Amino acid sequence: MNAKTPSNLEKILAAGHLAVTSECGPPRNGNADTVPKKAGMIRDYVDSINITDNQTAVVRQCSLAACIRLKLMGIDPVLQMVTRDRNRIAIQSDLLGATSFGIYNILCLTGDHQRFGDHPNSANVFDLDSTKLIQTVKMMRDEGRLLGGYEMNEGRPQMFIGAAENPFADPFEIRVFRLAKKVAAGAQFIQTQCIYNMEKFKLWMQGVCDMGLHEQVAILAGVTPMKNVGMARYMKNRVPGIDVPDAIVKRLAGVPKEKQAEEGINICLEQIAELREVEGVRGFHIMAIEWEEKVPEIVERAGLYPRPKVD
Amino acid sequence: MIMAKAKPIDEIINMIANFDKILLAGCNGCVAVCEAGGLKEVQTLASALRIYFSQQGKRMEIDEISLTRQCDKEYLQELKDKMDTYDAVVSLACGAGVQFLAEMYTQKPIFPAVDTCFIGVTLEQGVWSERCLACGQCVLATTGGICPVARCSKRMLNGPCGGSEKGKCELSVVLNKEIPCGWQLIYDRLKSLGQLDRFKVPAEDKDWTVNRDGGPRDIVREDVRP
Repeated sequence: MNAKTPSNLEKILAAGHLAVTSECGPPRNGNADTVPKKAGMIRDYVDSINITDNQTAVVRQCSLAACIRLKLMGIDPVLQMVTRDRNRIAIQSDLLGATSFGIYNILCLTGDHQRFGDHPNSANVFDLDSTKLIQTVKMMRDEGRLLGGYEMNEGRPQMFIGAAENPFADPFEIRVFRLAKKVAAGAQFIQTQCIYNMEKFKLWMQGVCDMGLHEQVAILAGVTPMKNVGMARYMKNRVPGIDVPDAIVKRLAGVPKEKQAEEGINICLEQIAELREVEGVRGFHIMAIEWEEKVPEIVERAGLYPRPKVD
Repeated sequence: MIMAKAKPIDEIINMIANFDKILLAGCNGCVAVCEAGGLKEVQTLASALRIYFSQQGKRMEIDEISLTRQCDKEYLQELKDKMDTYDAVVSLACGAGVQFLAEMYTQKPIFPAVDTCFIGVTLEQGVWSERCLACGQCVLATTGGICPVARCSKRMLNGPCGGSEKGKCELSVVLNKEIPCGWQLIYDRLKSLGQLDRFKVPAEDKDWTVNRDGGPRDIVREDVRP
């Protein structure tokens, strides 16, 4: 497999390496240093860094601006883009702006509903959904056309196209079909929802491999270390689409409070070790939520350091 | 049918407090069926307002009427002769009726007494539920007769999203109520119809120009025009 874009992530995967990505959540203010500081901590330990797009529908510094900061630092950013807040005009405009700064990865998302966030009384957009966004980026890149039909003579996006998938959402039976649909639309890499239920994930991956999808799309297994048992309980009970088995909650509850973070890291490392043996897993997406400083330790202890250099 | 619910009475009192003679005009169409703006509700509202203003020691004359419909001129005409005798009209019709009344009687203050909510169905007595957003381009043929535009909180055409859990929309957690996931409903239905293949193909692009574009949407049918 040859990389078709200048994306570092695509090159790493094309060379057959296990990829490692992580993400930084921008601040809820205009501070110029927050994102570079977070990214600086992890840049040598990952291949690309996602910048979340107003995640959980909370207003934050914009993903594109933060991606530009990473790009200026020489980091390969993954521009997360949700369709909740932008219509097709704004989306394509942002994609062209990202292209002008040499941003080569996009993660296409529909986005959390605004009722989850800090502006529940806002109007949503949802002109497109994630699948349609994937198709849009692909068309702009491969055909040089905008949705409206305009043909670009130059400056086409060169983007490695990603999407999210949640093997733990319902109905489970269509989760493989849904991935197939995103692949048909043009998705080249997938960052999954955080995996805690190994059995269910493996069952999903089996379905993915049975359809041969693992050869068409690079699946990066999503992991999120738990900081403490409170976080585990919150994720289990309050975050839709996240499947935290009781055993994990119990295990964290079983160690003293000051040791829970360490136990959370240990669980995460065990998960990575188990996941790398699963057929079709091509890398990891480590989402250390407001805990970016732990990413280097996780990557090192998981035996994924140093990161390979590719051209 | 168009569903509406009564506005809080304080809001209505504030609208009319400076007048002396008003007409409460109900509508015997949709809002009567959903028990928000028919003759019965006109009578109830009139009684409540009379009690309020009499307790305040304010003289307020209130007349009651309910028209067959407020979205047709011929029925609105029925008010023509008496209109001059009122300071204002409070309409219990849907937003369309209130506006049509205002369009016909341009010199008269017209106030809404209900909040118009949605196009929906009667689930059981006293319970109404939304089913259609009037998006102007019906997709029900491909979704098993269940509308993703109206029933998916994100209007996804390629759902369900990653937040669907045990048949419930992810918003169930935030809103503290059981909201069925529209795409779970579509899945169940397509499965029972043996049409699950529809899930494998990305949906056609949605043309929102028929949804809310270029002022009020009109339908002009030459075949039924005079």
